[in-house]
Amino acid sequence: MKTAWITALSLLAASAFAQPAAAQTLINGAGATFPYPIYSKWFDEYTKVDPEVRFNYQSIGSGGGIKQVTARTVDFGATDGPMNDEQLKAAPSELLHIPTVMGAVVATYNLPGSPKLKFTGDVLADIFLGKITKWNDAKIAALNAGVSLPDQPIVVVHRSDGSGTTYIWVDYLSKISSEWDKKVGRGTSVNWPVGLGGKGNEGVSGQVKNQPGALGYVELAYAVKNNLPVAAVKNAADKFVAPSIASTTAAAAGAAKNMPDDFRVSLTNPPGDEAYPIASFTWLLVYKDQPNELKGRAIAKFLWWMSHEGQKYADDLLYAPLPTPVVKQIEAKIKQITYQGKPLLVAR
Amino acid sequence: MAVVAAVPRVEAQAAPRNFGDQVLRFVMRAAALTLVLLVLAMIASMLHASWPAMRAFGWRFLASSTWDPVAEQFGAIPFVYGTLLSSLLALLIAVPLGIGAAIYLAELAPAWIRPPIAFLVELVAAVPSVIYGLWGIFVLAPLLRVWVQPALGKTLGFLPLFQGPPYGVGMLAAGIILAIMIVPYITAVSREVLLAVPTSQREAALALGATRWETTRIAVLRYGRSGLVGAILLGLGRALGETMAVTMVIGNRPEVALSLFAPGYTMASVIANEFAEATSDLYLAALIEIGLLLFVVTVVVNALARLLVWSVGGPVKVVRE
Repeated sequence: MKTAWITALSLLAASAFAQPAAAQTLINGAGATFPYPIYSKWFDEYTKVDPEVRFNYQSIGSGGGIKQVTARTVDFGATDGPMNDEQLKAAPSELLHIPTVMGAVVATYNLPGSPKLKFTGDVLADIFLGKITKWNDAKIAALNAGVSLPDQPIVVVHRSDGSGTTYIWVDYLSKISSEWDKKVGRGTSVNWPVGLGGKGNEGVSGQVKNQPGALGYVELAYAVKNNLPVAAVKNAADKFVAPSIASTTAAAAGAAKNMPDDFRVSLTNPPGDEAYPIASFTWLLVYKDQPNELKGRAIAKFLWWMSHEGQKYADDLLYAPLPTPVVKQIEAKIKQITYQGKPLLVAR
Repeated sequence: MAVVAAVPRVEAQAAPRNFGDQVLRFVMRAAALTLVLLVLAMIASMLHASWPAMRAFGWRFLASSTWDPVAEQFGAIPFVYGTLLSSLLALLIAVPLGIGAAIYLAELAPAWIRPPIAFLVELVAAVPSVIYGLWGIFVLAPLLRVWVQPALGKTLGFLPLFQGPPYGVGMLAAGIILAIMIVPYITAVSREVLLAVPTSQREAALALGATRWETTRIAVLRYGRSGLVGAILLGLGRALGETMAVTMVIGNRPEVALSLFAPGYTMASVIANEFAEATSDLYLAALIEIGLLLFVVTVVVNALARLLVWSVGGPVKVVRE
């Protein structure tokens, strides 16, 4: 009996030592919460592509991601709103923005019978500025012939937590309405002229569901998953476009022609007949010159995989995949990633 | 139970007699000092981190009610007001309820029913606050909007407290959620306090011909007064600092509104909402200054409450024998 135990134990010990001591590279990242579902899917799938690399991603918010990547406490960051020039200057070396997927923000509402509504950016801005206060206002009625709009006050619901979703929404309103731009402006949190604040997508949609006459905004993915009524919005080509994955990708395609070299572009109100106007990229933030060759090469390889094979996971998780012309532009950018001046991806 | 009162010190100054006592004394002193150091370190780091906001706004921070992260104009009034009002509301509801329940459990309830109720009370205290918050959004807020607020508006609508459109979410919802959350604390601690009142007190009152209520009032409640205040302060501390549940139902609007139907905002909520996405240094500093202010408000409120007790009934009495 005793010997059996000893054999068993020594076998166990041997097997423990026999485990391949694979030098796994652990790459840490932090940032935006909005793309977290697809990032965790990618990082999981990527272990099958390259078992040597593990990604660890903390979805602490875009602000935290920018802060941590600037302080180099993580290997890459992630953000829903591009870094501004001041923030880029504060970074110890050049940071690249790599678009990963797109998301859209939609207007959702609580009206009897959940009619399909249409809005223009001007009307949305006026509602959120508190200038249009009733559902049967002439400006709303003019856009929605045939819909019986109640004589009811509009209860505006917005996000109370700082978020990329809010940034996209107010970025759009700022582009459309100069009054919004002047009075409120852009940010992940703003000084809302009217309305109630709900925490998270679930807080906003919860309040919209409970409050007759409410109007709020949530992520497209959240609205689709929960079957919320969503409004079509008039785009730059004067067409009313319903939010969908296809119309979100179309928004990026429209913007691709004038894409700045650093990808720091706002996709709201882009050209294109099919484009839904309240959409945005979400970005990964990586250093152009990587401080560690092993990690740097792994990041560059992952970025390549993510922008090609990885895009097929987007649809299922209700993100809009990158349009082909943008992927071509990203390829060029990934090839610029270096370690001590030498490019990390060459043989492609 | 620290909240009850100071236990008389027995030979506190006597020299330790052996090595073990000396070690004990050293370790306990270190534990006490660690707590003090922790508080000092918290204050120091908050002062340091909020310095940019203090320099930029000075006292204006306490006098302004604008909160505009885009223009970087920050003022704390709506948050301080929201924290104080929601906690006050919670106390108004929770104190009679909690102490009433404690009196029943300690004095009146038949013996067999006491353990299950006491157990349930402790169970309620263990429910996570996000659950209260979700319940608040999906059950309490609609209930308030459809039934309670219209009824209050109709009957007491002449008071500015009950005016304005009923949203469900708002200051009233926050106060009620907080009250539900702190009732178990107040009940559990008050019950312990009342049980610690010596039976001789009750016997003496009964012997003088006092009724049940008079006995409870004179012999039990008055005797345990400082302990009861401790129970209430514990609840108040929870209410002042509670974040998640309040954030979900208060409406998150930085405004000073007299009406309880209107949305409001609390200090803890704004920190929870905006800290993760605060990118600029000044914005972050302003949020940390709110944190510092919450600390100060908590200390001041506690001090005031204790002063109040002392002014009514002399210094804190010994409850435990």
